[in-house]
Amino acid sequence: MGFLKVSSPHAHGPMSTASVMRLVLMATLPGMLALTWFFGFGTIVNVLWASITALAFEALALRWRKRPIGFYLNDYSALVTAFLLGIALPPAAPFWLIMIGTGFAILICKQLYGGMGYNPFNPAMAAYVMLLISFPVEMTTWMAPKGSFAGDLLGPIEALRYCFDFGREAIDAITMATPLDVLKQNNALLVDDLWSQSAQFGQIAGKGWEWANAGFLLGGAYLIYRRIFTWHAPLSMLAVLTLMSLLFYDGGSSASGGSPFFHLFSGATMLGAFFIVTDPVTSAVSNRGRLIYGALIGLLIYIIRVWGNYPDAVAFSVLLMNFAAPFIDHFTQPRTYGHSTGAEK
Amino acid sequence: MIELIAQNPFIASLVALVGLGVVFGALLGFAAVKFKTEGDPIADQVEALLPQTQCGQCGYPGCRPYAQAIADGDDINKCPPGGEATIAALADLLGVEAKPLDAVEESVPSVAYIREDECIGCTKCIQACPVDAILGSAKHMHTVIASECTGCDLCVEPCPVDCIEMRPIETSLQTWAWDKPKPPEDLIASDRSGASA
Amino acid sequence: MSQLIRKVWDIHGGIHPAENKQQSLQSPIQAAGIPPQLILPLAQHIGAPASPIISVGDRVLKGQMIAEAKGFVSASVHAPTSGTVSAIESRLIPHPSGMSGACIVIDTDGQDEWLKHSGVEDFRSLSKMELIDRVRQAGIAGMGGAGFPSAVKLSTRDDKPIETLILNGTECEPYITADDILMRERAAEIIAGAEILRHLIKPSKETLIGVEDNKPEGIAALQKAAEGTGIEIVPFPTKYPSGGEKQLIQILTGKEVPAGGLPADIGIVCQNIGTATAIYRAICFGEPLISRITTITGEACSQPRNYEVLLGTPVQFLLDQSGFKKDDCIRLVMGGPMMGYTLQDTAVPIVKTSNCVLAPSVAELPPPPPAQACIRCGMCAEACPVSLLPQQMYWFARAQEHEKLEDHQLFDCIECGACSYVCPSNIPLVQYYRASKAEIRQAQQDKIKAERSKERFEARTARLEQEEAEKEAKRAARLQAAKDKAAAAVSNPDSSKTDLIQAAIERSKAKKADAADPAHDAIARAQAKRDGKVEEETPAAKTERLQLLIASAERRLTSAREKLALAKEQGGESVEAFATAVIKTEDKLIALQKELAEHQASSTSAPADTDAADPAQAAIARAMAKRAGASADESDEDKTQRLQNLVATTEKRLAAAQQKQSIAQEQNDANVAAFATGVEKTQSKLDNAKQELAEHLAQISTKAITTEAASAEQASSDDPVQAAIERAKAARAAQTDMSEDDKLKQSIASLENRIARTQEKLSAAQESGDDKAEILADSIAKLQDKLASAKQQLG
Repeated sequence: MGFLKVSSPHAHGPMSTASVMRLVLMATLPGMLALTWFFGFGTIVNVLWASITALAFEALALRWRKRPIGFYLNDYSALVTAFLLGIALPPAAPFWLIMIGTGFAILICKQLYGGMGYNPFNPAMAAYVMLLISFPVEMTTWMAPKGSFAGDLLGPIEALRYCFDFGREAIDAITMATPLDVLKQNNALLVDDLWSQSAQFGQIAGKGWEWANAGFLLGGAYLIYRRIFTWHAPLSMLAVLTLMSLLFYDGGSSASGGSPFFHLFSGATMLGAFFIVTDPVTSAVSNRGRLIYGALIGLLIYIIRVWGNYPDAVAFSVLLMNFAAPFIDHFTQPRTYGHSTGAEK
Repeated sequence: MIELIAQNPFIASLVALVGLGVVFGALLGFAAVKFKTEGDPIADQVEALLPQTQCGQCGYPGCRPYAQAIADGDDINKCPPGGEATIAALADLLGVEAKPLDAVEESVPSVAYIREDECIGCTKCIQACPVDAILGSAKHMHTVIASECTGCDLCVEPCPVDCIEMRPIETSLQTWAWDKPKPPEDLIASDRSGASA
Repeated sequence: MSQLIRKVWDIHGGIHPAENKQQSLQSPIQAAGIPPQLILPLAQHIGAPASPIISVGDRVLKGQMIAEAKGFVSASVHAPTSGTVSAIESRLIPHPSGMSGACIVIDTDGQDEWLKHSGVEDFRSLSKMELIDRVRQAGIAGMGGAGFPSAVKLSTRDDKPIETLILNGTECEPYITADDILMRERAAEIIAGAEILRHLIKPSKETLIGVEDNKPEGIAALQKAAEGTGIEIVPFPTKYPSGGEKQLIQILTGKEVPAGGLPADIGIVCQNIGTATAIYRAICFGEPLISRITTITGEACSQPRNYEVLLGTPVQFLLDQSGFKKDDCIRLVMGGPMMGYTLQDTAVPIVKTSNCVLAPSVAELPPPPPAQACIRCGMCAEACPVSLLPQQMYWFARAQEHEKLEDHQLFDCIECGACSYVCPSNIPLVQYYRASKAEIRQAQQDKIKAERSKERFEARTARLEQEEAEKEAKRAARLQAAKDKAAAAVSNPDSSKTDLIQAAIERSKAKKADAADPAHDAIARAQAKRDGKVEEETPAAKTERLQLLIASAERRLTSAREKLALAKEQGGESVEAFATAVIKTEDKLIALQKELAEHQASSTSAPADTDAADPAQAAIARAMAKRAGASADESDEDKTQRLQNLVATTEKRLAAAQQKQSIAQEQNDANVAAFATGVEKTQSKLDNAKQELAEHLAQISTKAITTEAASAEQASSDDPVQAAIERAKAARAAQTDMSEDDKLKQSIASLENRIARTQEKLSAAQESGDDKAEILADSIAKLQDKLASAKQQLG
């Protein structure tokens, strides 16, 4: 009779991987806009170039692996990686830096492990860390925020020019140490004094940074509302980071690690909490596991930021916890219906 | 002496390493003697993974001897009744690379069937059956106890009148089950490569 | 009891698929009518299939039991209308496999004539056992989907008191409205059924009817009908899959059925409301389960609605009434879109568990798109009603990690499909779990079987070893005895030796006499019987008896030969006497064998001759002939063996005798002459034996050829055995005509053939490192010896 023979269920929900990824991309927009507003068009250029190269690398890898290219490019996963990396890199980063980053993320961290879903590490963060270690100078040249210097913000043409290395030397004029960096280097001034003396500080954290973080928070909240991921990992990460900074906040001495607000709204905190920590492939799978996973990332972020060598720590913390995710999974299997305890054996 | 060692970092580290080596070596040696395992657990574990058809297709007279042979270093891919699944399990157990099956094809699970009106009662199949799954006596018709038959087909060859055949076990309503879906990536890849090739 | 708002619990996960229930609720229940043919599968329930109690051609009345429950967990089947049983055969049945199963087919007569039946007026007057028996007789099985025989479920044990009786009116699957419409239209029947169930189960606490809040009309109707009964209708928020038994229990009571346990373990019994109505009709009207309400819906049907359908009605019959558009529909689902299974054919019948036939259009339920990679998004874990980790189980299922799957409680999966529904990558998760469950079960069975095979193999090996050891022990004992004897003879060379030999002669004579008499008797008896009444002793029995005689004669012969050999070794006058004895025994043996051969020939041909009009007689005769033929084959083999043995031993003896002769010559012994005669005699005997063997072998090979030919021709010829015998006789006749040389040539050929075969076997054995190799090598050597001597004779 020619009827299909398929296993139930026959109905399918409206969500597809591509739509999930599209939503994630959309949710990065508020934060990205804030970054552009305060630091110029560098981030946009980053993201564009990263997207182009990431898609190219993805296509190349799929071709090598003899996989259907269109089918996999359509899942938007390469774009998500590109967006995250582009946002994390300093605005108007040199084109080769971005290319190395996306190449490493797509080819080594993702396709080499078997493509989407098989990668043990978050590709964007692995690439970020690799670049940070390999090219520390380029990776720490961050734009000065709007209003902290006399010149104009980076326009789209300029950003493109800098990115493709035409008169890149001039970029030094508009770069500045990031607030996290400033706080880290500081060992003489009280926090309040530092705040008033340095141009890059804003209301509660770094100028611009606080808005960018607020933007990512907004995007993340939207994703939680759309049930793209659960609240467990981001919330526990933010909670532990807050707790740690509260615990070690000494009111603002010269050795201070910074206030809870400062930590929550500095660096990649919100981006990490809602877009990196929630990366489902590389995180723990159960809700209880995600609570632990997020909490440990929050702990590591604080430890590395305050006592470590690098000013920001989201990437390192996430990578370290990627290692631990399988162990967390093993010990946090949820209790199944009808079983008195979970399957902790 | 001690001074010399303390003075010279190279000698110090050398001494330390050798010392550690001696200590741990002694420990390991002691453990090896103290916790010596009886028998050959590897062969036992291997045997537990073999399908116990006792068919001898591996070239050994039964599963136990083959298990012993594997424990002694023989290839793990000689068991057609076990097929890829057994090879995978053995590779997993022994930590070696899984190899393709060393046979034309995996044997399909089947049972021997005696066409009873052709049986002359020669008892040759009874003697050949490794698990005593054939019932009958001299000059009387024989029959296979289907539930005990391992499908080894050792009884087929000795039959002088060729009245034994191997019948593949058919799926019934009770044993039917959904197949595992093909892994999505492979499915698409093969479809595409089939189309482009 | 009049709580206004009752606390309900929530289940983990769950989904909210589009309900699509309105389409089929537009019109009331309609009787589907009587189709021309009803197909009633014997297994419409969980458990053993029912066994038919009518035969093809019987007229059956509506409500008549046509197949009875077989075993405890089983349900009987009744004729849904009057008609004639036209077949009991394998037909397509509603099953995910699309396979066929045993069915009773009834050609309906349209008269719908009921079997005389009556219900009980007051069910409270009946005992629990009586009521359950009536439910069992009515063949009622759970109508919600699983089809568990209701009588079994109701047979609660006294040691497990029931607190709560739950009626399941949830119907959480999209599209299905069979229960909804039942509640709207027949709420009174549901409540009446609930009363019977309450009387049966006697729940100590409460009786609840759980209904999702998307059926307000149904809830209202039930509440109206239940007024004053104490039965509580509990509405709760709509969510798939709250209709699962375990889920409903959790929602209504907050309790969880322990894994691997039953609701009764926590004091709960759960029944579908459809089942409750069926029980009501069975008890109060005596009507067995012969019809049910089935929803026909989906966009490919222009008139979706609910039908009251006779069980066994083909799906096509219902689709025709609903305006089914075949071209719009690429999949036909029995059940709902979440847990239903696809049908491959519209000829399958509606059964007790068929609550819905869903015929969606392509746009409505498009074919599944190709699955993408799992990104572990965890939406499945969020949706899982039993708190599993579907994404993890998916990876384990793909990697065949059965242990991990069981650790992750794969077997608690209720296959509700919520995980696949939400999966953004379109992975058919449920299919993975189903396949893995089957794989694990299969692996467990294989494991058990492997264990048993191993045990049997080991037992067999042990037995063979023991037998071998016993044989070895016997051989050793015999050798020892011979040595002792020899030693005794040596130590007592004169008097005792002669005494011993004398004694041996006596013994042998006595034995010979003993043996000869029964043999004679037997032959006489056999002859008498052959002349007179064949039916008293069947040819087969006679064959056996003769074979026994031959065997004992052979034994005697060998012992006589042994003695002869001994005597020869020790020298002496008795050698001659022994030799004569041996020859005599041999003669007798040959006579017996001839007798046997004659008998077999006669027994095979006799029945064939007598074959008359009676086919049964002929069949028996043929069977006998075949058996006789088989035993003839057998004795051929024995004979070959024996002859070969004979040749071998004679050769050995010859060698020994020659050696002795040479020693005697060297020593100039007086016995030289005697030895020489011995050697001569042995030589001639050897020649005889070889000739016999050669003849025999030739005969066998001809026979084998003719048997093969016979079996090839068996299909065409009327009496193949007879023909084969005919041919064999001809061949034998031809052989006797053959010259001596030809015979030898033939035997040489057969020897060469055998050598070749043995060599093949040997090489195979050597390759596989078998320890048989040595034996095979020996036998090749022997065969070559024989071949050489045969060639010598010829040349």
